[in-house]
Amino acid sequence: MDLHLKIWRQKDRKSEGKLVNYDLKGLNPHMSFLEMLDTLNEKLIIEGDEPVEFDHDCREGICGQCGMMINGIAHGPLKHTTTCQLHLRSFKDGETILIEPFKAEAFPVKKDLKVDRSAFDRIISSGGFVSVNTGQAPDATAIPVTHQTAEEAFDSAACIGCGACVATCKNGSAALFTSAKITHMALLPQGKEERSKRVLDMVAQMDAELFGHCSNTEACEVECPQGISVLNIARMNFEYNRALFFNKKG
Amino acid sequence: MILDSKIPQGPLEQKWDNYKKKAKLVNPANRKKLDIIVVGTGLAGSSAAASLGEMGYNVKSFCFQDSPRRAHSVAAQGGVNAAKNYKNDGDSVYRMFADTLKGGDFRAREANVYRMAECSLNLIDQAVAQGVPFGREYGGYLNNRSFGGVQVSRTFYARGQTGQQLLLGAYQALMRQVGKGSVQLFSRHEMLDLVIIDGKARGIIVRNLDTGEIERHAAHAVILATGGYGKIYYLSTLAMGCNGSAIWRAHKKGALMASPSWIQVHPTSLPQSGDYQSKLTLMSESLRNDGRIWVPAKQDENRAPNDIPENERDYYLERRYPAFGNLAPRDISSRAAKERIDAGYGTGPLKNAVYLDFSKAIKEQGKEKIKEKYGNLFDMYLKITGYDAYKEPMMISPSAHFSMGGLWVDYELMTTIPGLFALGEANFADHGANRLGANSLLQASVDGYFIAPYTIANYLADEIHTGKISPDTPEFEQAENAVKKQIQDLMNIKGTKTVDYFHKTLGKLLYDYCGLARNEKGLQYAIQEIRKLKQEFHKDVRVSGQVNTMNAELEKAGRVADYFEIGELMCYDALTRNESCGAHFREEFQTPDGEAMRNDAEYQFISAWKWTGENGEPELIREPLIFEEIQPTVRSYK
Ligand SMILES: Cc1cc2nc3c(=O)[nH]c(=O)nc-3n(C[C@H](O)[C@H](O)[C@H](O)COP(=O)(O)OP(=O)(O)OC[C@H]3O[C@@H](n4cnc5c(N)ncnc54)[C@H](O)[C@@H]3O)c2cc1C
Ligand code: SF4
Ligand code: FES
Repeated sequence: MDLHLKIWRQKDRKSEGKLVNYDLKGLNPHMSFLEMLDTLNEKLIIEGDEPVEFDHDCREGICGQCGMMINGIAHGPLKHTTTCQLHLRSFKDGETILIEPFKAEAFPVKKDLKVDRSAFDRIISSGGFVSVNTGQAPDATAIPVTHQTAEEAFDSAACIGCGACVATCKNGSAALFTSAKITHMALLPQGKEERSKRVLDMVAQMDAELFGHCSNTEACEVECPQGISVLNIARMNFEYNRALFFNKKG
Repeated sequence: MILDSKIPQGPLEQKWDNYKKKAKLVNPANRKKLDIIVVGTGLAGSSAAASLGEMGYNVKSFCFQDSPRRAHSVAAQGGVNAAKNYKNDGDSVYRMFADTLKGGDFRAREANVYRMAECSLNLIDQAVAQGVPFGREYGGYLNNRSFGGVQVSRTFYARGQTGQQLLLGAYQALMRQVGKGSVQLFSRHEMLDLVIIDGKARGIIVRNLDTGEIERHAAHAVILATGGYGKIYYLSTLAMGCNGSAIWRAHKKGALMASPSWIQVHPTSLPQSGDYQSKLTLMSESLRNDGRIWVPAKQDENRAPNDIPENERDYYLERRYPAFGNLAPRDISSRAAKERIDAGYGTGPLKNAVYLDFSKAIKEQGKEKIKEKYGNLFDMYLKITGYDAYKEPMMISPSAHFSMGGLWVDYELMTTIPGLFALGEANFADHGANRLGANSLLQASVDGYFIAPYTIANYLADEIHTGKISPDTPEFEQAENAVKKQIQDLMNIKGTKTVDYFHKTLGKLLYDYCGLARNEKGLQYAIQEIRKLKQEFHKDVRVSGQVNTMNAELEKAGRVADYFEIGELMCYDALTRNESCGAHFREEFQTPDGEAMRNDAEYQFISAWKWTGENGEPELIREPLIFEEIQPTVRSYK
C-alpha cells in the first residue's frame, strides 16, 4: 500500500519545528507502524537525509516508550493500543497520516517525535513506592490479599507510563498516571501505612511539574493502552481528601 | 591463567551462610566515602542500585532508555520461580537446585545454582512487601503454576506481566533512593568504555544520548547489569536497544567472556512474516500449561487448522516426550519444532510455524478461565497477527531469546577485573547450557537484592582508605579519546549501506550457522563470513546525522560494530565444544534418534575466553566443573 506522511521535524528543544512531507510506496499492510517508520528512515539515510528520531524499545506494547500523535490521536486510531502495536492494516491505501510528538507543557520535545517524560519519574520518586528496605521482608503469605483485591490492584499497577493520557488531555493533566499508582498502593495492605503521605506528596509533585488540572473529560481513559480506568482518579481524590481531612502525614 | 571461582568451603547448603558470616563489612559511616557505578536498570541493576543506595553508598545509576522503568526486564511475561512449596507438591530448595542443574545440562556451578534456589524464597517475600500484585488464590494466598522442564508448581506470576511488575517494584525502590539523594540517576546515557586504573575497575565513559556529550564517571567499583545480547540475531524476542556493548568493551579491557555461544532459542514466539520485520514477539511459555502443540500429520497440509481432524494431527511433543509433553524444556521443544518445520510439516503462510492449540483447555475450563489466565497474551496475538486464538490455534515458532553466556564471574559475581562486577543476564552464571523458564527474573533479582550487597561490601572494605577517585587521570583521558575516535571513525565512513542492513545480514548468518543447530563446517564458514562482513561494515556503512546531538543511527552503529566481534567469538566457542548440550546442538554429536549427546569426559568445563587483540585468535581458558552433590546424568525428558 502507499502512504503520504506529514511528520513533525524539530532539531532540538529550542529550535522551531515544522511538518515535512514524505511518500512511501509498496508497503506491506502487516507492517507495524514503527516498522513503517524504519522503512522511511532507511530510505532517508540512503538518500542522505537525517532519519526521523522517535522513541521505542520493546515493540511489544509494554515498555511505554513509543508514544506519538497519529492523526491527532495519542498512539493512533486503534483504542487501547501503543504505537508499536498499531499495524498498517488500520489505515487505508493512499491515506495521508499526520505524525506529531506528544504535546504537553510538562513533556518538552527533545527532537522530532521524542519528548522528555522524566516528570513521571519524579512523581514516582516523590512517593510512589512502599518504604521497605531490601533483605528482611516477612514471609509473603503473612500478608494475605484476596484474589479480588490483587486483581484490582493489578489493574492499576499495569500502567506503562507512556504518557498518552497526558498528551490526549486538553489540560495536559497527569491525573490518570498518578492516580493509577496511588490506587495500586492504596488497595494493598503493604501500601496502606503510607497512603496519606503518598497521595499528598505525589499530587504536590504533579503540580510542580507543570501538569494541568483534571477537569474530568475522561479522554485519558479512552486512549490509555492499558485501559486504566478514570475510577482511579476518583480514588486519588478520595485519598487526597481523606489525607487532608485527617490532616496526617502517614 | 587459572580461574578461581572462590566457592566457599563447607557443605552445599551452608556455603552461602558461611560466606556471609566471613565476608568483610563496611561501617555505615564509611559507606558515604565509597562511590559505586551501576550500569543498567533492569531487575539486576535497579535492585542492586536501590539496595546499595539504601545501605548508604553513593550510587550512580545508568541506562540508555528515557526512564529506568523501561529496561528490558519489563517485557518478561511468564513468571518467576521460587521454591516456596506453597502447593505442597514436594518442592524444596534442593529440588529446584537439582531441576536447574539438570535443565542446564550440567554446565553450571553447583554452588551458584544452589544459592539462587536458596535466595528464591526471599525474593518472593521482598517483592510482595514492595506491593507486587502476584496472582492470588481466593483465600488470599499466593498462587503459582508450572513452567517448562519441571514437575512442580513453583512459578509465581502477575498475570502475563510478571517482569513488568517485578521491575516496577525494583524501579520504585530505586526512585525512592533517588528522591533521598543516595542514588543519582543518569537515564539516556550509554556506557561506551570501562576505565581501569592500576588493574582495578575505576570508572566508565558514557555518551549522553540526548546531547551527544562524552562524560567521565569515576567510582570505587563498577557493576554491569546490562542484560543479554540475543539481539545479535536481529530477529529475536528482545527489545530493539538490547545489546552486548557494555560487557564487550569490558571484555576488551580484560574481563573474560564465558560460554558466549549458549543462546537460548525460545519455542513460543510468533513466526516471522516478512523482511521488514524488526523483532519477533514472544508468547509466554506459560501458555504451554494449557496449550497443546501440534503440526499436521501430513506434509504440505493446506487445510485450516480447525478442519484437520484429531487423528490427522501430530502432537509431536506429547509423542516424543511423554513425561513432560508440552512442557518439555525450551531447547528440546525448540529443536523438535525446527525438526518438524524442516521436515515439511510447518504451518502458516510461510510454513515456518507450529500450532499451539487451546481448544481442549477452553472446552474443559471455559473461555473465562483461560481469559483470566492469559487474556492479555491473546489480545496481543490478535493485535499483531489479526487472528483470534480463542477460535483457532496460535501459530508459534522458535526465536532467539536469552543469552546464557556473558562475562565470566566468580562466586562473588566479580569478573576477572577486580572491582568490576556483572549481574543478571550480563554474567554467565547459574543457567548452564540452557535456562529453565522463570529462572532469569529470579537470577537478575537475587543478584541485585541479595548477593551483590554482600560481595561488593567484601570488596569495598579494602577501599575505604583509597579516597575519592578522580576522573582527571591519563587513564580516563585515554579511554575518552578512544571512544571519541571510534565515534568519529564511524561517522567518517560515509558509505552506502545502512547499519540495519549489516545487522540483519549478520543475524541471518548467525541464525543459519550458529543458531538452533551448528556443525564444524558451518561454523568455520560463518567465522570467515563475519570477518568479511565486519570489514565491509568499516568501509561501507553510512551513519547519518551529527556526533554532538541525539543520533539513533550512531548508537546502533556502535552496537553493531561490537556484534561482529561477539558473533565471531560465539562461533569460536561453538566450534571448540565437540558435544551437544543445552542450547548448543552440534549436529555431529547426536544420538540415533536425534537427541543431544553430551560429552562429560572432555567438556565438563566452563569456556572462558580472553581477548587477544583485534587480529588475534581468542584464547580459551577452562574452569573445570566439579559436581559433588549431583552426578551428571543423561538429560532425558521421555
Ligand atoms: C520477551 C521476553 C520474555 C521473558 N520472559 C521471562 C519470564 O517469564 N521469566 C523469566 O525469568 N525471564 C524471562 N525473560 C528473561 C528476562 O526478562 C531477562 O533475562 C532479565 O529480565 C534480564 O534482566 P537484567 O536486569 O539482567 O537486564 P535488562 O532488564 O535487560 O536490563 C538491561 C539494562 O542495561 C541497560 N544497558 C544496557 N547496555 C547499556 C549501556 N551500554 N549503557 C547503559 N545502559 C545499558 C539498559 O538500559 C537496561 O536498563 C524474558 C525475556 C524476554 C525477552
Ligand atoms: S495511565 Fe495509561 S495512558 Fe497514562 S501513562 Fe499509564 S498506561 Fe499510559
Ligand atoms: S516500543 Fe515499548 S510500548 Fe511501544
